[in-house]
Amino acid sequence: MSGEPKGKLALYWAASCGGCEIAVLAINEKILDVDALFDIVFWPVAVDAKVHDVEKMADGSIDVCLFNGGIRTSEQEYMARLLRKKSKVLVAFGSCAHEGCIPGLANATNRRGVFQTAYHETPSTENPEGVEPQPKTQVAEGTLHLPVFYDTVRTLDQTVSVDYYLPGCPPEADRIWDAITAIVGNTLPPPGSVIGAETTVCEECPRKRNEKKVKKFYRTWEIIPDEETCLLEQGLLCCGIATRAGCGARCPQVGSPCIGCYGPNEGAHDHGARMMAALSSMIDSTDPEEIDRIIRDGIPDPVGTFYRFGLAASHLRRAKTADGNGSLAKK
Amino acid sequence: MITSDEELRIGVYVCHCGSNIAGAIDVEALTKFAEQLPHVALARHYKYMCADPGQELVKRDIVEFGLNRIVVAACSPNLHEPTFRRAAEDAGLNRFLVQIANIREQVAWVTEDKQEALEKAEAHLAAAVRRVAQHEPLQRQFVRIVPRAMVVGGGIAGIQAALTLADAGREVILVEREPSIGGHMAMFDKTFPTLDCAACILTPKMTAVKLHSNIKMLTYSTVESVEGSVGNFRVKVRRKPRYIDENLCVGCMQCIDGCVFTKAKFPNAFDQGLGLRKPVWIPFPQAVPPVPVVDPEVCLQITRGKCKQGCVEACGERNAFRFDQQEKIEEYEVGAIIVATGFQAFDPSVIPYYGYGKYPNVYTSLEVERLLNAGGPTGGKLVLRDGSTPKRVGIVHCVGSRDANYHVYCSRVCCMYALKLAHLVREKTDAEVYNCYIDIRAPGKGFEEFYNRVQNEGVRFIRGKVADVTPVAGQGTTAEGGLVMQVDDTLLGKIRQINVDMVILAVALEPRADANEVRREFGISCSAEGFFLEKHPKLAPVNTANDGVLLAGACQAAKDIPDTVAQADAAAAKALMLIDAGQIELEPNTAWVDEKMCSGCKTCIALCPYQAIRADEERKIAVIDQALCKGCGTCVAACPSGAAKQHLFADQQVNEELEGLMNYV
Repeated sequence: MSGEPKGKLALYWAASCGGCEIAVLAINEKILDVDALFDIVFWPVAVDAKVHDVEKMADGSIDVCLFNGGIRTSEQEYMARLLRKKSKVLVAFGSCAHEGCIPGLANATNRRGVFQTAYHETPSTENPEGVEPQPKTQVAEGTLHLPVFYDTVRTLDQTVSVDYYLPGCPPEADRIWDAITAIVGNTLPPPGSVIGAETTVCEECPRKRNEKKVKKFYRTWEIIPDEETCLLEQGLLCCGIATRAGCGARCPQVGSPCIGCYGPNEGAHDHGARMMAALSSMIDSTDPEEIDRIIRDGIPDPVGTFYRFGLAASHLRRAKTADGNGSLAKK
Repeated sequence: MITSDEELRIGVYVCHCGSNIAGAIDVEALTKFAEQLPHVALARHYKYMCADPGQELVKRDIVEFGLNRIVVAACSPNLHEPTFRRAAEDAGLNRFLVQIANIREQVAWVTEDKQEALEKAEAHLAAAVRRVAQHEPLQRQFVRIVPRAMVVGGGIAGIQAALTLADAGREVILVEREPSIGGHMAMFDKTFPTLDCAACILTPKMTAVKLHSNIKMLTYSTVESVEGSVGNFRVKVRRKPRYIDENLCVGCMQCIDGCVFTKAKFPNAFDQGLGLRKPVWIPFPQAVPPVPVVDPEVCLQITRGKCKQGCVEACGERNAFRFDQQEKIEEYEVGAIIVATGFQAFDPSVIPYYGYGKYPNVYTSLEVERLLNAGGPTGGKLVLRDGSTPKRVGIVHCVGSRDANYHVYCSRVCCMYALKLAHLVREKTDAEVYNCYIDIRAPGKGFEEFYNRVQNEGVRFIRGKVADVTPVAGQGTTAEGGLVMQVDDTLLGKIRQINVDMVILAVALEPRADANEVRREFGISCSAEGFFLEKHPKLAPVNTANDGVLLAGACQAAKDIPDTVAQADAAAAKALMLIDAGQIELEPNTAWVDEKMCSGCKTCIALCPYQAIRADEERKIAVIDQALCKGCGTCVAACPSGAAKQHLFADQQVNEELEGLMNYV
């Protein structure tokens, strides 16, 4: 692209924690190369540009938009649609945009449940008047607006069409640089692809593997795993077997089981279902009662364990709640 | 998503199946619906797709219109999938690019409302069209068949099947649960309607089994597990310890005399508990193998570890006793299995009004068989519990059969064996015999003639169901003073009380108590009453839904000896046909590993029931041996990365099929 006019880059942050913004900076001095190649036209966390500036841009005038975060409010949906329209290439950047991630776990309940916990039940909350966020609030000066909070968290591609996915919570700096290199060098895979490895974390994990038979699952604080053997074989719920490679197996290398932040590997559809199917075939018992006990004692939170990152993108997508507000409808 | 580059041209054929389908589903509307599905180049409906003109239609269209996928909406793929695969192949199309939408069994036959039936058929058709779009050409696969058969059950059915196979030169493994082969037939005295002595016609066969060089007989053994599939079953057999080495024992029976128990005091199950035996015993004198067995529950040496061991002393230098024998599991590879596990006699103690188990002189027919048998507990003398000879005997038909409270079915043999027993009782005791029947069912060869003969012999027949059996009034509940049968004589139109001193209950034949576990182990089904289910009641009476597993004898339905023997020979012929083919075509639905995705986590290795997966340590991947894989799909389901995939059941094929179904329901 040298000699040619600089490309236009946008970055945006929807329902996410902000880690992805920092991850962009983890490429360190290479951010200068990015700056040399691109004009950053929109990046609310770092650059002073407003939404109406984007609205005024011509459709398709942004070359690449790195969009992190899922969609859970009307504002986020508006921004996703706007940036889709204005961008040639829209990248779902990081786990939240890719598959919902931690915010997506709110799909185990609904808006009512989230508000109840956040504004009434948490121990640090003091809210004697029971105030909750309202889309419209009348004050002396006029009407105040807040975005509408949806019942369901959606992934970016459940909202608008997405060209590429960059997995991870957050994506590793090297993988971000791979993606930028691919964009600049025009060596991107076919649209719709996840930019990353096809295989799983085990590929990058140096631990020794045997045939897997597990008699008891442990939580990480319960045992000190030995340093050589596969963590899963030691009863730690390591999701590496079903999780896309790309991180360099950083967690298992230091004795902490993979929690699955890169999502399912190529060709697999439902991360949690894959994990459960695999684990259920490893449990070393044929006695139904014992199997029940192994699962009950060792896996107290199956959704949080197997769908920690992928609930919104999974076949399940969300729980049906008792008050019937569990539909996929937006409001 | 269509992965192939070629343009998809799907041909859809809707079969009327006469009026089977067309009577319930608007086939024209279904054909119109098919025409607008994606990639459908042509849709037709025809009266009988499976007939030659129907197949010709498919072949011609493939050539003329360049069709490259075929969907036939017709009956179950079990019936005609091979037909249409062959038709496609004849026209030059790979046979696995054909998909059947089952709109007969799954729609037409089970849906009353025509509109609903059409919508359901549309869903099935859409599913098949979307699935077949994802199909890929596959190669046919053949595997070698193990040229050996297993027969499970050593009654007359198992004996007959084993001998037929062995005489044809094939190896047979015969597994029998009891210490001796022979089954129920060995318990009988005579057989109807010819009155052949059961032992005289059975024991030569039993001996032939023992002596046959092609038969390996495993008595006192049960099938522990069955793995594998047609052509290549691996069967584990649990061999219970006899505590006597079968190879060293010569069958002299001196150990039984030598046993420290001078008197037999334990009930012999073979004699229905009427006779007694010692801790070392043999079920009956002509048992095969003629090797006694030690009962570990009562043998002093085994229970207390201390005994003078008169048995061992009697055995002397033959030295056949092995008190340290342990149960062991042996594994056998066989190509076909004949299940011939037989029946059990209905236990009449659950019918309170017949007094079985309460009044000593109420017997089951099987008990009377043993009393009449020369090798039985009384040496063939028909006597009451007190040793006296009965003077008046009542025989109650249909005990447990044709009764809504127990078994609704007719056990088919009771009428005839009740007639036989009546004859034998008359022959041996000259007693008055009363047969109380609902209907006499004598439809076999020579049966009606036998009925006439028994009538002429002076046996009294009363048409009516026995209401109850009670002691003679004022004689106390032990009924030593005789019994009264109360029966509604429907020909006289009045209730009759008949004084007898022996009542014989002609009990039903029922499935064995463990039939359900056995069925599960062999991968077969039971019909409603619990007998094993044949593949087709008319056209495949010895086959089962599990290819390579065949049925013979009363485990399939109550039947007499001639029918059992005929069925056993039929099963043997089917087994022979299978074994002699040498190889068998398999569905190419094997699993394979996508090397790009596999990271060698070894989740799958231990799961494979066929040991078809090994870990390639160098490449850090799992490798599936296509020759060993049976396509069970276990590894595919368990693979956490989705690297294990299965031909004909790729995720995409299944997902598209589901999407097709869901979009129209």
